[in-house]
Amino acid sequence: MEQPLTQHIARDGRYRSLSEYNKTGGYRSLKRLADGLSPQDIQRLVTESGLRGRGGAGFPTGSKWSFVPMGSDVPRPKYIVANADEMEPGTFKDRMLMEGDPHGLVEGMILAGYAVQAEIGFIFLRGEYHLSAQYLTNAVSEAYKEGLLGRTLPGTDFRFDLHLHASAGRYICGEETALLNALEGKRAIPRAKPPYPQAAGLWGRPTVVQNVETLYNLPHIVNHGSTWYHRLSRSKDGGTKLYGMSGRVAHPGCWELPLGTTARELLEQYADGMFDGFGFRGLLPGGASTAFLTEEHLDLPMDFSSIPPQVGRLGTGTMIVLDDRTCPVGFVLNLEKFFARESCGWCTPCREGLPWVARILQLFEEGRATHDDLTLLEMHSTLLGPGHTFCALAPGAVEPLKSALKYFRDDFVRHIRLGQCPWNVTLKRQKVLV
Amino acid sequence: MLSDIERDEIEEALKHYPDKRAGTIDALLLLQRHRGWISDESLLDIAQFLDMTREDVDGVATFYNLIFRRPVGRHVLFMCDSISCWIMGYERVRQQLTSRYGVDMGQTTNDGRLTILPIACLGHCERAPAIMMDGDVYGNVTPDKIECIVEKYK
Repeated sequence: MEQPLTQHIARDGRYRSLSEYNKTGGYRSLKRLADGLSPQDIQRLVTESGLRGRGGAGFPTGSKWSFVPMGSDVPRPKYIVANADEMEPGTFKDRMLMEGDPHGLVEGMILAGYAVQAEIGFIFLRGEYHLSAQYLTNAVSEAYKEGLLGRTLPGTDFRFDLHLHASAGRYICGEETALLNALEGKRAIPRAKPPYPQAAGLWGRPTVVQNVETLYNLPHIVNHGSTWYHRLSRSKDGGTKLYGMSGRVAHPGCWELPLGTTARELLEQYADGMFDGFGFRGLLPGGASTAFLTEEHLDLPMDFSSIPPQVGRLGTGTMIVLDDRTCPVGFVLNLEKFFARESCGWCTPCREGLPWVARILQLFEEGRATHDDLTLLEMHSTLLGPGHTFCALAPGAVEPLKSALKYFRDDFVRHIRLGQCPWNVTLKRQKVLV
Repeated sequence: MLSDIERDEIEEALKHYPDKRAGTIDALLLLQRHRGWISDESLLDIAQFLDMTREDVDGVATFYNLIFRRPVGRHVLFMCDSISCWIMGYERVRQQLTSRYGVDMGQTTNDGRLTILPIACLGHCERAPAIMMDGDVYGNVTPDKIECIVEKYK
């Protein structure tokens, strides 16, 4: 099984230097530019490869690029921004790449820059990723010394500059237009769309914002071609995917596997099943803002096209497992408290609605909720959904809520009937610590 | 007043941007590194240097959770309270911290040594529960281990 993204990754926490990266074929893709591969060739190659954005939305990369104005009379400079603001709860895949192979991101960004003829790149890195910051700083500085950045690339008329921006926190910065405001030194509040960033992004210039894992795929597509890239996958979209699993599983971790690997394989073969004494009840397939999947969905290929829209979506592919000794209501309460805290406060439904949801769920946990509260939760899961808010934060926040009300409704009702959390009762009786 | 070092560092950060105000967050983080937190005076220093109003800089400073508008202890312990850490025993670690050091989220110990703050998913879910002490991340934290970790930071 091929694992192009993680095959050479450093797993012992050391810095993987430029010379080491070069030894395993690093920066080889740039030589193909000198051989005459044009920006349009790269755009076509990536479109054919079926690469879809790995940040959660799964938007086709080639299509994203196609909206960038090209030619000599377009506004300049154009920008490429790596969204390295990995803060989706349960997601830890981009960190593994940036810590283990920082030059891969630099190479991916040069290629993306070349493809849309953007001359400046920013890596927007979350402030808490100190080791990534250190290694990326080293990598960027090595690439400058080597002439890969800041100088015209041999055989082309293309020059690319790359800067690292350490962020100061807040989940909303992962929303691409909020991220652009943060880079401009403002409050990270999402912008109205359209105009989309490709037309008017950073400082009003054409800008492409891309997830870290997406960018890591580019050198391999350029080196090996789109047919090879499709073969890596078991789905109609190309490539491998970094999947992860956390919660009460025997071996939590992150693995690069063919796109379309099933959740059952991840759970049973890679995470080695549930932790001793814990049963499986459900999982969030890709972070806190995806809907629950349960036993009946375990054999679905985990990709962008096999999960029916009415069931859910893949999201980031790093899964959080709900076990039978964890209260599903408490689980959702934790998620909604997170979303309420991280709402940027710009639009009223999200700012007021999410804390309301969290307060109701708290009533359930304390055993003070009524059947009317159940109706209220259902109402919120629709009224905070798509089309009612300024950005995708609140619609994402109600995905786990809505699906929990569907699959774990009995557990909500038991909280009302017992007047307390059933898990607290059982666990106290069994003297099990939670 | 900005020190020469602070001024140089902010100017260095500004090189990457087409306008001054883009450096607001960098300036806040830099000043915080030197001064521990962002006081009203620090806000004014930045505002004057970047040709902004103090209120405008404050609007930015109060938005971001890694910028402190109140003094913090010599060490800041960020506790991840997101879902994977919650499942894996965050609550017990928090209780142990509170009972051992007498402080809860957002509070600083009387000796000014330690501030405890909540933080969104630290991205170390495979070894939850995780905490970050200053810049160092620790995983698989238990109530027993937490004191050993904190005691390394005097």
